[in-house]
Amino acid sequence: MSEGHEPARVGVVMFPGSNDDRDLARGFALCGARVELIWHKDTRLPELDGIGIPGGFSFGDYLRCGAMARFSPVMRSVVQVAASGRPVLGVCNGFQILCEAGLLPGALVRNRDLKFVCVDTRVAVEERGVFRDGLTPGRELVIPVKHGEGAYVPDAERKPRVAFRYVGGSPNGSTDDIAGIVSDAGNVMGLMPHPEHAVEALLGSTDGGVLLRAFLAACVAARQERR
Amino acid sequence: MSDPEVDLELARAHGLSDREAALVFEILGRKPTYPELGIFSVMWSEHCSYKSSKKLLQTLPTQGPCVIQGPGENAGVVDIGDGNVCVFKIESHNHPSFVEPHAGAATGVGGILRDIFTMGARPLASLDSLRFGPLDDPQQRYLVRGVVSGVGSYGNCFGCATVGGEVTFHRRYRKNIVVNAMNVGIARADGIFLAKAAGIGNPVVYVGSKTGRDGIHGASLLASSEFDEHTEEMRPTVQLGDPFTEKLLLEACLEAMKTGAIVGIQDMGAAGLTCSSFEMASRSGTGIEMDLDRVPQRETHMTPYELLLSESQERMLLVAEAGREQEILDVFAKWDLDAALVGRVTNDGKMRVRWHGEIVVDIPVDPVAASSPVYERPQARPADFEARQILDLATVPPEPDPSGALLELLGSPNLCSREWVYRQYDQLVQSSTVLRPGGDAAVVRVPETERGLALKTDCNPRYCAQDPYLGAMHAVAEAARNVAVTGARPLAATNCLNFGSPERPECMWEFAESVRGMGDACRALGVPIVSGNVSFYNETSGEGSIPPTPTIGMVGLLEDVSRAVPAAFRFAGDVVILLGETFAELGASEYLAVRHGLERGAPPALDLAAEKRLQALLVEAATRGLLRSAHDCSEGGAAIALAECAIRAGFGVEAALPELGGRPELALFSESAGRAVVSCAPGAADELLALGRAHRVQAARIGATGGERIRIAPGVDVSLAEAHDVFTRTLPEALG
Repeated sequence: MSEGHEPARVGVVMFPGSNDDRDLARGFALCGARVELIWHKDTRLPELDGIGIPGGFSFGDYLRCGAMARFSPVMRSVVQVAASGRPVLGVCNGFQILCEAGLLPGALVRNRDLKFVCVDTRVAVEERGVFRDGLTPGRELVIPVKHGEGAYVPDAERKPRVAFRYVGGSPNGSTDDIAGIVSDAGNVMGLMPHPEHAVEALLGSTDGGVLLRAFLAACVAARQERR
Repeated sequence: MSDPEVDLELARAHGLSDREAALVFEILGRKPTYPELGIFSVMWSEHCSYKSSKKLLQTLPTQGPCVIQGPGENAGVVDIGDGNVCVFKIESHNHPSFVEPHAGAATGVGGILRDIFTMGARPLASLDSLRFGPLDDPQQRYLVRGVVSGVGSYGNCFGCATVGGEVTFHRRYRKNIVVNAMNVGIARADGIFLAKAAGIGNPVVYVGSKTGRDGIHGASLLASSEFDEHTEEMRPTVQLGDPFTEKLLLEACLEAMKTGAIVGIQDMGAAGLTCSSFEMASRSGTGIEMDLDRVPQRETHMTPYELLLSESQERMLLVAEAGREQEILDVFAKWDLDAALVGRVTNDGKMRVRWHGEIVVDIPVDPVAASSPVYERPQARPADFEARQILDLATVPPEPDPSGALLELLGSPNLCSREWVYRQYDQLVQSSTVLRPGGDAAVVRVPETERGLALKTDCNPRYCAQDPYLGAMHAVAEAARNVAVTGARPLAATNCLNFGSPERPECMWEFAESVRGMGDACRALGVPIVSGNVSFYNETSGEGSIPPTPTIGMVGLLEDVSRAVPAAFRFAGDVVILLGETFAELGASEYLAVRHGLERGAPPALDLAAEKRLQALLVEAATRGLLRSAHDCSEGGAAIALAECAIRAGFGVEAALPELGGRPELALFSESAGRAVVSCAPGAADELLALGRAHRVQAARIGATGGERIRIAPGVDVSLAEAHDVFTRTLPEALG
């Protein structure tokens, strides 16, 4: 984000069972954002430049990952924000929720070996949509994944716009090693790796910060466009 | 359905001895009702009452400058600076995990998490100490898969990182596996909640999941007797976990605590509603009056007996300030959780329970809770104890192939990489994990501070089987050393004592010796035990017992978490230094077991004063920033430690270990205590060696990092790639 701008104001949605809500909020804050935590039953949201849907196990993931969360009251606002062209980021369970809500195509299914996996992955940037600042195509980022249902399966009739691809093979059996995608309009992004766990050198990697800052820059750009 | 007639036969079937049954009649001055009999049976079970262990446990050191709350509450509490406290405990879930591995292990994790957040702390990190029979046994592989998926499914969904633990395999765990779960949480020093039912007239509030018929008699029958041919029928006594509800319960409890309207709170674990209400009333010298019709119920037609003894998970009992109960009910409503006013605190010291308008339980609290029977069980040292200690090295042929021995050890089930296990655990949630699993202790940052906690569980059951006193001392010393190699000062510990039947004198002797060893080591190293748990009856008729397994969970404090020292080498070209002295000690070693199929001899000697000096040296060297890496030497000795540092680093090492008795296996694989392998920048080596002299710790420059091979004199020369392959493939190949 360049100097002189008011910081991006982003919301992080908390569903019952969200686990990485504080982590994502903290990650955005460390990258310079003003962050509002939003309860999933809230219907009147503050003025936001973008929204993040965090990882975790919303509603326990008991029915199907993200299948319950998409019916939460807050999702109407998320759809509105996306439709207005403002950035929406879904991480892990957030990615699953965005797919369930139809904001992104395709679905996430059980890992190939049927086991949860927590490991650092290397992903390469491809199509970046509106998240252009610092996310150069071809750039490789080391960001951890941690999920049981992270194998991406595209819709039969629609080729996804691939934002990130695992380098050296996927940890989960994802189709064509897809780690993350962007919407056709380019402002909704979902990915399985957790950028919020990679914003401090102390915790192993700062590459997640690259992505979060690209998101915040897109938020500021969207705000300026709206004005 | 009417209650069965209570008689001596029924009392016996409830696990009460004839003397205990007579005492029940004496306390009540009448025949107990059926629910009352159930209450006595769980409250006086070994699992809940500690009747065989209490006397010996009182000999453990529990005090220290950092201790805020010692044993006796839901968990121990120690001061970690900045106005924060660390709340931690370890607990066993052995019997349920054998009967139903996934659900048993999952609810073990759930139980320990509740112990932590009941006290007002947010759980930050979990560790799991797991022990199974041999890996080549298909049933054990089923158990490993089930337990690991159970631990993962609960912790991952709940949102607490699993950062460490142990997995060991030994034939004596074949019929009785060990699943010990530890959790560590953080609270503000002025935000600790205790399990008390104070304030006459205050409402008693039930919160969380509804009560069902699951887990009835989990504590009294399943966990307090040995396994036999009927164990399979015990499956319904295993509880089922719901980590999502527990996550909601966590958030709701922490939010409700902020209202200031909670007087005391206790989780419903073993023996559910009964244990929690009795313990809270007992601690406050009060009574409780409860109406079972108000208890939220999952099933219809539940009897008082079932409601009182159910071990349904994710439930809490709390006492609120009279007049402010609505504030609490509102919080739980927000989180869509049940909350019900089920009773009141009274001043008559009695537990009075109504059901359908009738009094079904009316018993004095104290004789049941605080004055339960206490036994001093007979002890007997096993007849072969001295014979076991003898190991004549002259009968063991010298190692002809040191490289082959290193590779075989690296791939052996007890020494190989545990990545197959920990990659199934979320190690990262809450963004605090500085040193992940795979090294010595895990290190987590204390949120919003610069401090860190180093966490480790430890116990070498092979040592304990040979000599429970020395073995338990090693557990403490090694756990503390593992914490110290990261640069953390060992602060306090929790213990999980897993043993066979206390009714067998040999087992009771093993227990007594272990407690004595643990106490002596803790005193010598200045580490108090602030919480813990005892699990007896880890045995199966016809199969014998598990080896004594006194697991230690250690917490260490790093003033500056950015100084945490990892186990793996960091840079090629660094100097490798061996700290501590190596002796000819192969007794009870992994080398003997793996290479010669021998489990003989005394465990390594333990000089606790030298151990303390080594740990002080490690902490000071880390604080001064001298260490690039530090790894403790334990199972497999210095050669295995060096190989692990290299494999994890991704580059090789060339080192020469001090010659010992002309036999390569002594220099390479001796398991002498009080040692560590460290690396430092070439320019820091002299300062580090001088620091060693100042601390009176032997420090020898033994080599340098780098290259593509692991070369360790005497006699080891293997490629890094082969070592890596051997080290990492054992568990995936066996477990899929």
